[in-house]
Amino acid sequence: MKRIRTRALAPPPWRRPLALGGLAVIAAWAVIAIFAPLIAPQNPLAQKFTILAGPSAAHWFGTDELGRDVFSRVLFGARITLPLAVILIVVAMVIGAIIGGVAGFFGGWVDNILMRVADLVFAFPGIILALAVAAALGAQLRNAVIAVVVVSWPSYARLVRSLVLSARSAQYVVASRLLGASGVRVLFTDIRPNAAGPVLVLAALDIGNAVLLLSGLSFLGLGAQPPTAEWGAMVAEGTQNFNDWWVGLFPGLAILTVVLAFNFIGDALRDMLDPRTARAVRL
Amino acid sequence: MSATTAAVPAPEAPERVRPRGRRRHDLRRFLLQRLGTGVVLLVGITLVAFVLTHLVPGDPAAANLGQRAIGDPAAVAAFNHQYGLDRPLPVQYVLYLKNLLHGNLGISEQSHRPVLTDLEEYVPATIELALFAIVVSLVIGIGLGIVAAMYRDRWPDQLIRVISLGGVSMPVFWIALVAFYLLFFKLGWLPGGGRLDPTQGAPHHLTGLFTVDAALHGQWTLFWSALRHLLLPGLVLAVYTVGMLTRFTRASMLEIMGNDYVRAARLKGLPEHVVILRHVLRPALVSIITVAGVAFGSLLSGTVLVENIFSWPGVGQYAYRSAVNLDLPAIMGVSLFVALVYIVVNLVVDLLYGVIDPRIRLS
Repeated sequence: MKRIRTRALAPPPWRRPLALGGLAVIAAWAVIAIFAPLIAPQNPLAQKFTILAGPSAAHWFGTDELGRDVFSRVLFGARITLPLAVILIVVAMVIGAIIGGVAGFFGGWVDNILMRVADLVFAFPGIILALAVAAALGAQLRNAVIAVVVVSWPSYARLVRSLVLSARSAQYVVASRLLGASGVRVLFTDIRPNAAGPVLVLAALDIGNAVLLLSGLSFLGLGAQPPTAEWGAMVAEGTQNFNDWWVGLFPGLAILTVVLAFNFIGDALRDMLDPRTARAVRL
Repeated sequence: MSATTAAVPAPEAPERVRPRGRRRHDLRRFLLQRLGTGVVLLVGITLVAFVLTHLVPGDPAAANLGQRAIGDPAAVAAFNHQYGLDRPLPVQYVLYLKNLLHGNLGISEQSHRPVLTDLEEYVPATIELALFAIVVSLVIGIGLGIVAAMYRDRWPDQLIRVISLGGVSMPVFWIALVAFYLLFFKLGWLPGGGRLDPTQGAPHHLTGLFTVDAALHGQWTLFWSALRHLLLPGLVLAVYTVGMLTRFTRASMLEIMGNDYVRAARLKGLPEHVVILRHVLRPALVSIITVAGVAFGSLLSGTVLVENIFSWPGVGQYAYRSAVNLDLPAIMGVSLFVALVYIVVNLVVDLLYGVIDPRIRLS
């Protein structure tokens, strides 16, 4: 019933140019990430060109302070950002869903403790907590990913908890319980498929933020380390050579296109699948 | 979050007439309750920050002692003893709380000054920056949101959708770099960093917000300089929250426009701007300020990046330096500041509910 109504209100996917554009951009970046060694004109780590040369036919995006080809580095940057964004969102989603599911299903003091912890993390401005975690674990890309996961799981926990709470009294769950299904079975076979839609919408909306946070940590020197071609770290090199604008401009544009594309997709998904839940949780 | 209090009663609901005295009593009970949960949250934050910072593999002695001293076991032991790092963790935590009660946040391991003194120096700069940014975001964000809702699905709405999605998609450190390059380096319109020109001294200290202090003392050249320095970092910081508030204003305006009473207001011939501002925007504001509270939190995140780029001497830079150097007392101090801001912002948001919609009861 609900599906039919929302479909009728919202335009179908092919009438959403922004979302289609977003999909095309992500697909293009995925192709670039997979085939970077074939597409890139230069080795992203080779320091063999004139340093800080402006964009030209030989170097479309110019060269950086160590004489590396910025265009090739931007292409190779996709190999870091795209897979890590997907991995960390999936990990945050799974951790959050398990915590939220347990909290919602068992209720009582379990719920209380888990949700208070989630509130605490939620109350903290993301980057400050991530900064502390990343700095404490050591400046490495892997630790920056962990830090972003630590910051990201609570919104999933909250959403899944509220979905489980509202499903607990639903007829299909009661029926399943009456048939003798155990709590865990109900949680996984009955409630999980029904919670998947809203959770995926939240993930689509959240992945852009995760990319921003991860590249922000690298920008601050707490993520990818030199000479890795990572977009946030490359923008940081741009701030040191700010009069050579091409060093920082292009990697930043790469981040912008990826995040914007993910946000276009997430926005459309929310309109189509689930107008209410995602907004209630992630404003 | 406290969004539960924002449950807007149906506009047609009969007004509850309540005696004034009871109301004041409600407010006092509300504030006391808030104070209680605030203290619990503060203690919780100290615990989380403490566990996070003390259980991790990083070694503060290695981060803060020089190359030579680190090879000297006596120096390391002296360092650990001085900062209490040689005691069991629970003892360290209880000691920290005890000192906290006396307003002692410990000594920063980098600046060798009390953390409280450091914070007193940096907090006003960040507050000035964040307040400027949130005011700018509210004005622009709500304005754009109203226009988008009025022209739903027509070109102004589409244009604003691209602007607002662009705003929330832009890496703040990158737009800072671009703005710095264009407006400072190329065009020279705005100063590139700091709170004042190097030759200028700070205005007499009242609030610590340079623009406010200068204006209060009638030091207008200083005021203009402070404002010009504020513009670049403030606007860059506002990019994300403008996008956030625009999207949300549009959504909640559209939700309310669907109500029958809005149609009734139009049918009885009220001019469109009255309908939009009084019958749609006012109820929408209740949920908009909830988001504004969240937006303020994300502004604080942004300050870490923006302050670093524009050498704005605030808590964001301090947080970054402390985290990188594993300056544990300073990290704890920053966490407390952040938690305090969170509590105050939520309180302000809750009190504003009552101002916007007197029917909402504090609970």
